[in-house]
Amino acid sequence: MTLNNTDKTAPQEEDIILKVEHLSKVFGRRKEAANEMLEKGADKAAILKSTGVTIAVDDVSFDVERGKVFSLIGASGSGKSTVVRCLNMLWRPTAGKILFENEDIGQYSAQQLREFRRSKVSMVFQSFGLLSHRSVLDNVAFGLEVRGVKKQERLDKAMEMVDMVGLNGWENKDITDLSGGMRQRVGIARALANDPDILLMDEPFSALDPLVRQSMQFELISIQQKLNKTIVFITHDINEAFKLGDRVAIMREGRIVQIDTPEDMTVNPADDYVRQFIQSADKAQIYYAKNFMQTPTCLVHIKHGARAALQQMRDNGMSSAYVIGDGMRFIGVIPLDNAFRVRAGEMTFDEAIVRDTPTTTQDTLINDLLPIASQAKYPLAVLDEDNRLKGILSKAAVLTALL
Amino acid sequence: MADWLTRFPEELHLNIQAPIDNGINYMVENWGGFFDGLSNGLRAILRAVQDIIDFVPWWALVIIVFAATLLTTKKWPRAVLYSILLVSIGLIGLWDELYDTLALVITSVFISLAIGFPLGVLISFSDRANKIVRPILDTMQTMPSFVYLIPAVMLLGLGNVPAVIATTIYAMPPMVRMTSHGLRQVDTEVQEASLAFGATRLQMLGKVLVPQAVPTIMTGVNQTIIMAISMVVTCSMIGATGLGSEVIAGMNRLDSGRGFAAGIAIVILAIIMDRITQNMVKEAKSSDA
Repeated sequence: MTLNNTDKTAPQEEDIILKVEHLSKVFGRRKEAANEMLEKGADKAAILKSTGVTIAVDDVSFDVERGKVFSLIGASGSGKSTVVRCLNMLWRPTAGKILFENEDIGQYSAQQLREFRRSKVSMVFQSFGLLSHRSVLDNVAFGLEVRGVKKQERLDKAMEMVDMVGLNGWENKDITDLSGGMRQRVGIARALANDPDILLMDEPFSALDPLVRQSMQFELISIQQKLNKTIVFITHDINEAFKLGDRVAIMREGRIVQIDTPEDMTVNPADDYVRQFIQSADKAQIYYAKNFMQTPTCLVHIKHGARAALQQMRDNGMSSAYVIGDGMRFIGVIPLDNAFRVRAGEMTFDEAIVRDTPTTTQDTLINDLLPIASQAKYPLAVLDEDNRLKGILSKAAVLTALL
Repeated sequence: MADWLTRFPEELHLNIQAPIDNGINYMVENWGGFFDGLSNGLRAILRAVQDIIDFVPWWALVIIVFAATLLTTKKWPRAVLYSILLVSIGLIGLWDELYDTLALVITSVFISLAIGFPLGVLISFSDRANKIVRPILDTMQTMPSFVYLIPAVMLLGLGNVPAVIATTIYAMPPMVRMTSHGLRQVDTEVQEASLAFGATRLQMLGKVLVPQAVPTIMTGVNQTIIMAISMVVTCSMIGATGLGSEVIAGMNRLDSGRGFAAGIAIVILAIIMDRITQNMVKEAKSSDA
């Protein structure tokens, strides 16, 4: 899960790809009258009644970090779909700015805007928005076709995307032959074919049944990890928002109530509305450690020593590595500072390994892990009966599972 | 007793007949060049269509109908039935008249589509154009066709050319309406998607809107054809040749048999053209849905 990558030591604010500043969107004719009422502090319902103006989005600001998933969540009518449509100017904001890499896209000419849409940003829709008169492959190639890519080249690229979303063998089928889940795979493949910097996803999985939705979520996570795209993910499902989002913004009546990491939002909800939202999450499901553990990436064999451990941590952007013996047998964890001290000659590699770190088994209930996980300094090591390392489980993953 | 309460006050008479007469007379006198040009242009198109149709021997037309029915309905008994019906028009001695009528209908439909489709596209994009064009379409469809037959004859003379104009005026509105309707009802997210991927308006129209609207547009084509056929008899009153003039002749001479024979031939023509195009609509819909 992407959640686990939320590394507190990593720079948080420096790499902002998309900046939304004081965005407002108003529908209706008597905008001035509505603005006046708004400044006097009238609420949305009163404004709609006396002016006929709907305030869909009211002074919304947020930043999206490059390579991260930003979840925007709210009940229907909260303005989240309006926000996402302003991000690629499908709808013109009434006020405020959208800055993509510090360029105000509201100032773009029609030509610049088309270029922006063709190469920088693409979109996935709730009811897919696919062309029913075209085959799967021609749908995926649509963005490239519009951009003027030559036929063979765009079909090759589209085929690559069809493979990536697991629709190999379906490329020549009609859209009508596909199930909902498969259609949305086509939607995702089409969006990725343009190789955009940002992927806007407007409730992409809301039309799918729960089982399909879950598998699509996991697949999106793995695609995101592979391609490292920035994603703005719109949903009304708090489970989904927390599972996918590195940061989550909750919207209510056109305003953002809180923006935070899922963990911080769980611990410190800004108000009762957020608290209710979090409580509405589906707790009935029973999960085991194995459902939420992640494949361990930062591994070092005990024979290889601190230098290899440092290399692993650097490659994976982690602040600790798991030390294993033959056959993946778990030995302990080596934290970054210890590894540096070994390199400086202040301690031996053996001394540097923390051996009393808490571990768990694959079939432990997530609920039982909360006290352990919240105390642990490093993600929990998940072991099998023979003490082999099967996966790791971060604090954030445990929290997400409980939501 | 106030008379004007019980009777419509005749003093308030507004004379619109004289200005219309004057207007048409003015057009006849001063715009003759334009109408001659229009007449010649239409005559050329009509003649070209006629030549193409005349080039098709009777058996080839039967084969075309058979193949088209089989292709669109996938049912060979139907293809056989329509072929027999077509041959029966020849059997009752109206084959040449059928060809004349066919030329008139095809020319009118061709012009209706050529004008109707772009007009439909225009009013689907522009609400202002829509507001202007819609009432005109309503007028074109509901104004009794005899009314504009008179000025048509005055401006273009008797014969097939004013018949093409009259038929086009009557048959074009469904094409405009259906094209516009089809384009406007394309799913919002599909439209948004094409914009979101950076399509230009023309790309959106050609690659997304028109292909998505094909079933509805085909319904418009079908209606246009049927309405063009329904104008055949009316047009014969201003000298159009073909099946319609047989009906008129039967009426003038109190010859029921002759009238009915031609009437039946028109019905057969209508059925064949309707079923073939209707099944093209269904085909377009089933590949869509």
